[in-house]
Formats: sequence, structure tokens, C-alpha cells
Amino acid sequence: MQALTNRAKQVERAPMTFIEQLYLWNIVKGMAITFMHMFKKQPTIRYPEQKREFSPVFRGLHVLNRDEEGKERCTACGLCAVACPAEAITMEAAERLEGEENLYREEKYAAKYEINMLRCIFCGLCEEACPKDAIYLSETFTPADFNRKNFIYKKTDLLIPNPTTDAQGFAAAKGLN
Amino acid sequence: MTILALDWFLLIEKLILIAVIIFASLGVALYTTFAERKVAAILQDRPGPNRAGPFGLLQPLADGLKLITKEEIIPTHANKWLFILGPGLAMTAALMTCAVVPWGGTIDVMGHKVDLQIADINIGILYVFAVVSMGVYGVMIGGWASNNKFSLMAALRGASQAISYELAMGLSLIALLMITGSLSLRTIVEQQVGHVWNIVYQPVGFLIFFICALAECNRTPFDLPEAENELNFGYHQEYSSMKLGFYLFSEYINMFISSTIMATMFFGGYDLPFVTSHLTNPGTAAIVGIVVLMTKVVMFIFLFMWIRWTIPRFRYDQLMDLGWKKMIPLALANMLVTGFFILLKQNNWHF
Amino acid sequence: MAITHIIFWFLTALALVSALMVLLSKNPVYSVLWLVAVFFAISGHYILLNAQFLAIVNMIVYAGAIMVLFLFVIMLMNLDKETEPQKDIWMKIAGAVSGGCLLMMFIALVKQATEMTGKTALLKTGSIGLIENLGKALFSDYVVPFEISSVLFLSAMVGAVVIGKK
Repeated sequence: MQALTNRAKQVERAPMTFIEQLYLWNIVKGMAITFMHMFKKQPTIRYPEQKREFSPVFRGLHVLNRDEEGKERCTACGLCAVACPAEAITMEAAERLEGEENLYREEKYAAKYEINMLRCIFCGLCEEACPKDAIYLSETFTPADFNRKNFIYKKTDLLIPNPTTDAQGFAAAKGLN
Repeated sequence: MTILALDWFLLIEKLILIAVIIFASLGVALYTTFAERKVAAILQDRPGPNRAGPFGLLQPLADGLKLITKEEIIPTHANKWLFILGPGLAMTAALMTCAVVPWGGTIDVMGHKVDLQIADINIGILYVFAVVSMGVYGVMIGGWASNNKFSLMAALRGASQAISYELAMGLSLIALLMITGSLSLRTIVEQQVGHVWNIVYQPVGFLIFFICALAECNRTPFDLPEAENELNFGYHQEYSSMKLGFYLFSEYINMFISSTIMATMFFGGYDLPFVTSHLTNPGTAAIVGIVVLMTKVVMFIFLFMWIRWTIPRFRYDQLMDLGWKKMIPLALANMLVTGFFILLKQNNWHF
Repeated sequence: MAITHIIFWFLTALALVSALMVLLSKNPVYSVLWLVAVFFAISGHYILLNAQFLAIVNMIVYAGAIMVLFLFVIMLMNLDKETEPQKDIWMKIAGAVSGGCLLMMFIALVKQATEMTGKTALLKTGSIGLIENLGKALFSDYVVPFEISSVLFLSAMVGAVVIGKK
């Protein structure tokens, strides 16, 4: 068979020479290699003090978005749940009542919106499916927990802070500052 | 009462010396574990332990505390007394070796001459051998009493390895002892002060001794008794808490002591070339001596670790081949050559 | 009582008790370990007699090497009370007789050594056990027996290699 690359090395079965049989020379060579590693730069990132930059396409924890006036964008259409390959998203829709116009943008909204973070594979298909720009994947991890129940994120866990009442928190969640 | 007709000053002096040396060895062993992790890390481009205290310097204390507070487990079918005796023996044997090492010259305390050595017996190096060979019992008893096949196999490996390499070690030393003409470690050091070190006369002997010391301390590439991938964890598999700690510590103390012995036998002990023989004040000389000896020991310990993190483990048959078929003949040849040159020198370099 | 006396009697008691325990232990591993204790006590006696070299060599060779090999074999064979082969009565009698002969020889030897009677230790006086004197004695007065015994060892070694090759 013809080799694809010329990197293949022929196996040598020649008996060891005297110097090789002594082992010592090769041991000294190996030790020189390890010694040189003492002066190499350490690639370690010392975590709590230093943090690794995320890549620009990183997909992390979900965020339910609001518009500029602080109204929830989600209309509970269910497209994200349909798009989700891991079936991690469940929701319940409800009708907006009189006097709730400042809370929800459209007449229908999600009364319940849950994502099971143990099922979620962070593919970002929900983000793509959403016609209302309501769900986004942020640049944070899902924090560890001792309890399975706590990995089912409720709407309160997912919603972004309201820009009218908590402008600072909103800006922080958007990563603006 | 004639019991009281002792030299009380001598007794107290020796007791203090013993306490200091034992605590110093334990401290060195403690920090050798830290050094091992740090050296391994640096050779592998990692930072190593750096969380406990500045530069992680409190890490060994944290490790020790962890070992002490762990649960003591004695397996149901283990042989209880021997299970406890094993680590104790290993630790005792490891600590006993430091009795004959001269840590420095002589100092004056309240008009008494005090040797910085616990016992200057005239067969010092043989004493070290005897105690080291006792250390095998700690391994064997511990491995057998655990009632675990892996432990037993590891113990047998450890014992046979120790016995095999002890022979080559002894033979390599005989060549050196033919030159020095004394078995007392202090005499051997004093011969080297102001003269060339024994390594110049005995490079091959040193090489054999060093390799055998690696094998005796169960250090890589000879750590077959602790071959994790073959024997799970080795002879201390069933041990937990401070009993495990004793085994681990005794290994590091053995490393410390064998470094000391090598520095003493081949590298002039507490001798600093061109300096020690000109120091007139005994106090200064003693301090310089201890610092110099410790520097040599630290360099040897670094060498041990450097080798550990470079060379892979031998296979068992290769280990035995190396010990019996290469080391022992080489040591014998070295002995013969040395004897030849000694005779030649006695004959004023005439045949 | 001087301190050497106390050490002498302590070592003697240790040696005798350990020797008895070698015989009385049911577990062969215990027997070997008690035997090691006996060797230690005897080494202590050697040190009291200022025979440091003999003491250390006793420890290296007997306690450190031979007993380790004994332990090795016993541990690998996993002997215990149930699997121990029962020897018949004649074997036991033969053993007792030969052991008794050895004991009588030892007693006779000790009775002959008149310069040692009533002495427990020669800590600073005796010098026969020191390495220089021992070496001189072995290589001048007793050179023929010494060389013969080394030939014996060599033949034993060759025999071991031959058996091991099979």
C-alpha cells in the first residue's frame, strides 16, 4: 500500500549498540529534555484570579430577554421547545390580563418556562428558532449544585433583570460594562 | 546506685541530638513530599501546589493533618498486630539510619567537645546496611498482614528487589572501603576534608551505589513494589490514615538518608573544598558544615526526583537482569580494578 | 547493678523468650519474626562483648537476608495450622535427639571457655570482634578453613544456579 504521507518511520529491529545497551546515554538525554522543561512557560491559568477568555461563539447559560421598556419578549410560542433536540424546554402559556401591558410585550406570555440544565446540550437551536429574540445563550456556565432539582431552571432564574428598575443588573447581564 | 554513675552530660547531649535529628528528618521528609510535587509540576510545565500558604509552603502540613484525621481502617481478615507493626517497623528502620551520619564537625558546648553525630561507631556504614535490611521487614509484614494478594505480591517484589540490590550496593562500597581503610563515616569524611573527594577515585562505584540506592528506596525506575497499574497501590494498599502516612514518610526519609550517605561517602560530607580546612573557629566550621551537607543532600534529592519524573518503570525481569547480571559483575570488576591500583600504589607504581 | 548488667539480663531474657516463642507459635510467620527477635538479642550480646562487626554482620546476613527469604517462602506457601504437614513420631524423636546433641555440645563449649565465666560484658576491653582483628585472624591463622568454606559457598551457589536453570 502506498503511504499517504512520508511521515511513517520504518521499524528498526537492529540489535542495540553498546552505548544503547548501557542505557545511561539515553537516560542522560531524557533527563536533559525534562530539565529543559523547567524553563518553559507554564500554560496554566490560575483560575480564581485569572479567567480564561471565552470564544466569541461560546454558548452558555440561557437568558430570557426583555425589550427596552422592560417587557418580556417571550410569547410562549413553543418553537424553542420544538427545536430543542434534548427536549429540555417546557413552558405553559397564559393570556395577558388588563394592566399587565408593562410586563409582557404581546397578549400571550409564558406563565411557566423551565429549562432542564441536565438535559440541555447548549446547542443554541432554541436561540435560532426564537422568532421574538426572546431567548439567548449567555457567556456563563451552569453552576454546580448538590441537587438535581436545582438544575431545572425556572423563569425567575432565566429572566434578565428589568432595565427600568434594575438598569445596572441589566447592563451587567448584557455584558455592556 | 551505680546506674547513676553515668556521664550525664553525654546522655543529655545525645538525647538532644537524637531529638533534633529525628525531628529534622521528619521535617525534611515532610517538605520532600512537597518538593516532589513541586519538582514534578515544574518538570511538567505546571505550577504545582500553590494554594496553602505562600507558594503552597503549608501544603505538607495540610497533607499531614489530612492523613492524621482520616479514619483508621484495619481490614477484618487482616492480621491485626502485624498490620500495626509493619508501618512502625518501616518508620523505625528509616529513622535509625541517621544515627551514624556525621552532620558536621565538633563544636564546643560549655567546655565539652560535642560531635555533631549520634554515634561514631567504627563500622558505621555496615550499621546503615543492617538497618536498611531491617526496613524490608516493614514492607513484608505490612504486605502479608493486609491479607490481600496485591499487597503480598508487592511485598515480595519489594523484598526480593531490596535483597538483590543490597548485594551490588555492598560490593560497590567494598571498593571504596579498600581506599579509605575505615568503616567509620566520620573517618571517611575526615579523609576527604582538604583532599579530593572519593568520587574522583570511585566514579563507577558511585554510579552503582546510586542506582542501588534508587532501588533500595523503591524510587522510579525501580518502584515495582508500588507499580500502580499492576498492583493497584502496592504493599500499603489496605492502609489508611497515619499508618499509610508512616509508609509514605519512611520512603521519603529513606531517600533523605541515602542522599546523606552518598554525600558523606562520595562527596565529602560536610566538606566544602578549599574552605573547610581553613576554618579555625569550630562553631563557624560546624554551621558551614551543616549547610554544605544539606546543600549536597538537597541536590541529591532533586536528582532522585528528576529521575523519577523522567524515566519509566522497569519490567520485573529487566530489574532482576540489571541487578544480578549487570550491577554485580560491574561492582566485582570495579573492586578488582581498585585492588589492582591499590597494590600498584603500595609498590610505588612499579609492576 | 551497672547498666551493662541490666542490658545483659534484658537481652538474655529477650533471647530466651523469643526462642521459646519460635517453637510455640502456631503460625510459621510468627515463628520467623520471633527468630528475627532472637537474632536481634544475640546481636545485642555481641555488641556488649565489643564485637561490633559480628553483631552487624549477624543482623545483615541472618536477620536481614536469610530470614527475609524464609519469610518469603512461608508467605508464598501460605502455611497455617490446617495445611501444615504432620510429621510422624520417629521424625520428632530424631529431631529431639539431634537438637539435644547440639545443646550438649554448646554447654560443653561454654564450660570450657573459662575466661568468660562470670562476665556479662567486655564493652571496652575485648577486641577480638573488631573488624581489624577478625580480618587478621581470618586471613592469617585460619586462612585454609576460610578459603575452604568460601569454596563450599561457591559450590552451593553453582548448585543453586543449576537447579534454577532446570
